[in-house]
Order: sequence, then structure tokens, then C-alpha cells
Amino acid sequence: MKKLLENRNVTGWLMVSPLAAVLLFFLVMPIILIVIVSFWRATEFSIIPAFEWDNYEFLFGSPVTYTVFLNTFKYAFVTWLCTLLIGFTVAYYLAFHIRSLTWQIALFLLCTIPFWTSNIIRMISWIPFLGRNGIANTTLMSWGVIDAPVEWLLFSDFAVILAFVHLYTLFMVVPIFNTMMRIDRSLIEAARDAGANGAQILWNVIIPLTKPGIMIGTIFVVTLVMGDFITVRFMSGSQSANVGRLISNDIALLQYPSASATAIVLLATVLITIGILLRFVDIRKEL
Amino acid sequence: MTKLDTKKGISRRAMLKGAASTAIAAGTTTLGAPMIWAQNIKDITLRQFGTGVSNLNDVADKVKEDLGFTLEMTALDTDSVTQRAATQPNSFDIADIEYFICKKVWAAGNMQAMDTSKIANYDKIAGTFRSGLLTPESTIAQGTAPHTVGFTSGPNGTDFVQEESGWMTLIPTIYNADTLGIRPDLIGRPINNWSELLNPEFKGKASILDISSIGIMDMAMVVESMGEYTYPDKGNMTKEEIDLTLGIFTEAKKNGQFRAFWKSFDESVNLMASGEVVIQSMWSPAITAVKSQGVPCVYQPLEEGYRSWGGGLGISAALSGLELEAAYEYINWYLSGWVGGYLMRQGYYSAVPETSKEFMTADEWGFWYEGKAAQGDILSPTGSKLAGAGEVRDGGSFNDRMGSVVCWNSVMDENQYMVRKWNEFIAA
Repeated sequence: MKKLLENRNVTGWLMVSPLAAVLLFFLVMPIILIVIVSFWRATEFSIIPAFEWDNYEFLFGSPVTYTVFLNTFKYAFVTWLCTLLIGFTVAYYLAFHIRSLTWQIALFLLCTIPFWTSNIIRMISWIPFLGRNGIANTTLMSWGVIDAPVEWLLFSDFAVILAFVHLYTLFMVVPIFNTMMRIDRSLIEAARDAGANGAQILWNVIIPLTKPGIMIGTIFVVTLVMGDFITVRFMSGSQSANVGRLISNDIALLQYPSASATAIVLLATVLITIGILLRFVDIRKEL
Repeated sequence: MTKLDTKKGISRRAMLKGAASTAIAAGTTTLGAPMIWAQNIKDITLRQFGTGVSNLNDVADKVKEDLGFTLEMTALDTDSVTQRAATQPNSFDIADIEYFICKKVWAAGNMQAMDTSKIANYDKIAGTFRSGLLTPESTIAQGTAPHTVGFTSGPNGTDFVQEESGWMTLIPTIYNADTLGIRPDLIGRPINNWSELLNPEFKGKASILDISSIGIMDMAMVVESMGEYTYPDKGNMTKEEIDLTLGIFTEAKKNGQFRAFWKSFDESVNLMASGEVVIQSMWSPAITAVKSQGVPCVYQPLEEGYRSWGGGLGISAALSGLELEAAYEYINWYLSGWVGGYLMRQGYYSAVPETSKEFMTADEWGFWYEGKAAQGDILSPTGSKLAGAGEVRDGGSFNDRMGSVVCWNSVMDENQYMVRKWNEFIAA
């Protein structure tokens, strides 16, 4: 027995097994169940175990599916671009312009203040702000910028993306800030000594070295946006759809098998997207 | 629980202490039984869920006061209510659901039939819920009329029967005739037809509810009013009719007719009160809520008539013993008038109008039920002013409103197809 425990292989297996068991039960099993249910048949009030491709057939046969997936990618891409630009700038400012650690920490905490309230509340507070008679429109009108209320501020793709950017920028700031803080400052000095200007240092030194942070932030933002449904529902006034809403509508109407099939397709899509993203940067090497 | 413990105690003591103590102990049980009952009922908690319309905290408070037990309320949107009734029978004791939901979930066997002989006011329940006839000469509207899904064959029935069998699926509590809500101040002209919902004049200022089984009926009313098509039965469309109806609305959506869709009652209130929307499908208390914010809002009667709905209380199949008794007691209390009066003052109709009348002033009864001009201020149950002296209820009396019902919220044979198409409409 003692010999067995001394065997490195066995201890290794033992150490990994608690996590493996947790993941197996709470991640792998549910996904397997979803896969199974996606082949079932649904009637009004019951779901019948079966093996048929009907749910997938309907999913891939409907032009709406493609528009909705396209829409989901559109939201993910635009949100990613905005959060990256804002997140990178904020992180850059915090990491390279603020010199004292105390201030860095203080300002970083300031960024997290909005996160003390719930997601939903932060999202919903945009509604009175952006509405037809909301603060934004009345202010703009009193300044004489516009004559009539701007309609596309609320219940539009603009509103959806605005809310996404507001909600998820911090997920971009944190990992980028983290990698930036670990850049050896002497590299920047060396670049400067070698005659590089600010833009060249940014492009050739800082960005390549912050890639892992950018990638981690990207994965956060992309998966969060692609899996979201409530932001899209509220900010578009139920008028736009992404895949999450398709699933939630199906669930609301008791169409679990159809919802499962959509979920599986979404899962595959997100995994493929992340797979492609990871091709660009080897996160493990950089961590 | 207390009761069980006492019994256990008795047998143990009887074994240990002999005849004398047995007699005493036995004496306490028989004599003590009603007391235990009175104590126990206070410990009972009935979990009720339903849509926001009738899940009111005031009702829970009054139950505690009048009956002594606790009623826990959960308000959900219509789809979530259906979902829970069909899939989570152990999560509720009382289901406060609509008749069309009942049609969907009854066959799942999660609810139990109720013995009408235990319902004290059964004979006073409005005809709509029993024979289906408002008055002996009325015709039955299209769709899932409550009486068609109101009765089952026996205590364990999972079917529906068309006659008064003595076993009810739901005990009716509430119903109303729905129409479009408008902001008269922002529209500035009379609105008389359902077709106005798609009038380009209101582009970007209209809304419809995103609950398929109700929304499709509103759509059908609009399509008929536009003269596009006359349905043989709006409550049971064919696939072609569903395609046609949703096609018209998808086009309107793509043209930007709608500002938003709403799913829960409070969303419709916000849309209307903020002026985002000036015409939309709406429910009666939502109008009340908008008005009580001081914003003018009319529940506009339309030439084509009303879309109606009815709701009632059902009991979970899991309920038995003392809790089942408490549930019956609660339902009997519900029909005894206080809640009815409360609901009537919000603009609904009580399924037992006679008892509700006792809990309303003559002026309130005249205004809400008989369609008479108000004598003084008409207040909502929460005390805000809804109408002043001389004002008349939108749509008039009970008979005028319920008499003009042309369809009921319903579940179609092609429901699954409709649901998928509805999903596409929302995503389009």
C-alpha cells in the first residue's frame, strides 16, 4: 500500500481526481444530458425520449437560425472591438502612466465600483436614460443639438451594444492590466535607447507582450456576449434576437428538445471560435 | 408534524406507564384534536404562483388575518407560469393560472380535480364558467372558452368534459375582456378599430405582447379588422392561417412599426407611461397603473369586440391531508367576496359577482360593473384616484363588455407550429 502511494502516477491521479469528479458531475454530465435531450421529441406538455434529427433539421432548415447566429456574431464582434479599445486604453493608462502603486490600486478599484450593483440593474438604468423622453434626449434637445427625440437610442442594436460594452469592459481591463504590469520595464527602456518612438514601442513591444491578456479578455467578452439573452431582450425591447434568446424562447414555450439542439449548436460554435482564437496566442506559454 | 409527534408519544408512554396514563394521554388526543388543528393550520404555508395580475401581497396579508395560515406568492410571466405548472409539480400548492394554460398543462397530471360540493359558492359562479353562456341567449366566442376546459370526469380525471360533472379543473376567480390600450393625449383622435395597431401613423410607437398564445389572438383581431382575412376560428388556426397572420406582422415589424414587445405586465406599464408607445395590447390593471401615475390612458373599446380570458385556482396533485383542507378553505374564502371586490376595483370581473358586491360601495359597483357614471371619486384598491364624478368606465357595463367578446385566449391544435413561427417572428 505504501509502495502504491509512493508511485508518482497514482498520487498524480489521486490529486487530480477531486477536480475531475466535480467537472464530470457538474459540467460533462449536464452537457451529455443536453445532447441526449436534443434528440428527443416534444409535444405540448411532455417530452418523449426518442432519437430523431427533427430538432436539428428544423434548426438548420430555418433561415431565421442563420440570421440569428449572424446577429450573435455581430454583437460579439462589435462589443469585442469596443471593449478592447476602451479596455486597452484604460489598462495602458493605469499600468504606464500612473507611477505609484497606491494610485494604481485606487484607480483600479474605482473601475470596479459599478460592479457592486447587479448586472440587470446596471442594464435597466440605461432605459430611462435613453428613452424617447429620457435624459439623453431632453438634454440634447435643450442644447439644440437635435429638434426631435432620437429614436434609435433605445430599443435598438445601438442600445444592446452600449449595454454590453458597459457591462463587460472590465473583463477586458483586468487581464490586460495584469499582463501589462508584468512587462519588464527595462524592455521599454531598451527600446527607447535603441531609438524607437512611442508608437513603435506600443506596437512592437507592449502589444505583443500583452497578447495573452488581450486573448483572455477576448475569451471572456466573446463567451459572455454569445451566451447572453437578457441584455438583448431588455435593450432591444424584445425586437432583436441572438441565440440565447432563441433558446430562452424555446424554454419558455416548453420546447426543451429544440432548446437543447440550439444550445448544442451554440456550444459548438463558441468552442470553435475559442479554438480559432487560441491558434493566435499560446496562453499557456505566456501565463 | 405536531400531530404525528403526539401520536408517537402516546404509544411510547402507553407501553411504559400503563393503563392510567394511557387513559389521560388518549383523553388529550381526542379532546385536543381541534386545538391541534387550530395550531397546525397556523403552521401551514401554501405556495401559490401565477401571473402578476392576481398575485397580490394584499391578498396574502388578508389570508393571514382571516384564515391564519401563510400564503407565499410568486408572480411570474405567463410562459414561466405554464412551464412551472407543467414541469415542477412540487414547487407549488396552488396554481393561479389561466384557462388556456390549464388546457396545456392539465393532461400532465400535476394538478388534482376539485370537488364542487366542497365549494360553498359554487352555485353563484358566473354562467360563463359553467355552461359557457353569459346569458341564456348569448353565443359562445371562438377560442378556448373556460367552460370547455373547466370540468373533468372525476377525481383523477386527466380529460375535459363538457358538462358540469362536479369535478372542476380550476375554480374560476377572475376574468376580463381585453382590448388595446391607448394614450389619448398623444394620439389626439378617436380609435375605433383593432387595425389601428398597424396603422403607419403609429410607426415606432406601437407594441404587442410577446406571449404567443395571447399575442396571436390580438394579431388575428387586427388581421380581421384590416379586412385581410376572416378566420373560420381564430382560436384554432390552420398552418396557412398562422403563416398569413405572422407574415403580416413580420412585415410590419421589419418596417419599424413596433417600438418594443412586452412580456410582463410592468413592462407594458413602463412603455405606456413613458410615452415610448402610444397604442398597444394591454391588460386592465396596467391601464389602472398608468392612470394612477397621472398619465391619461384609455382601455379603448373597439368595434370588432374584445379578446377575453379567464383565470382560476388549481390545486397541485401533491397536496393532501391538512394542506388540502387549507387549500379548499382558501379557495372558499377567495370566492367569498373580499378578493372579488378587490379585483373588481382594479377593473377585472369576479367569477362570483354576487359576493363581491358586498365588499364594494354602491358607487363602485355601479361604476365597475353596471357601467354607470361615478357619483364620487373612484379609487383603486391602493387608494389612488382612477376616475372622478361623472366619468364612465371605458366600454361600459359588464354585459356590454363581456357581451362583445369575440374570442378567448386559446391553445390551438397547431400550437407547436405556431410557437415555432412565433419564435421566428420575434427573431425576424
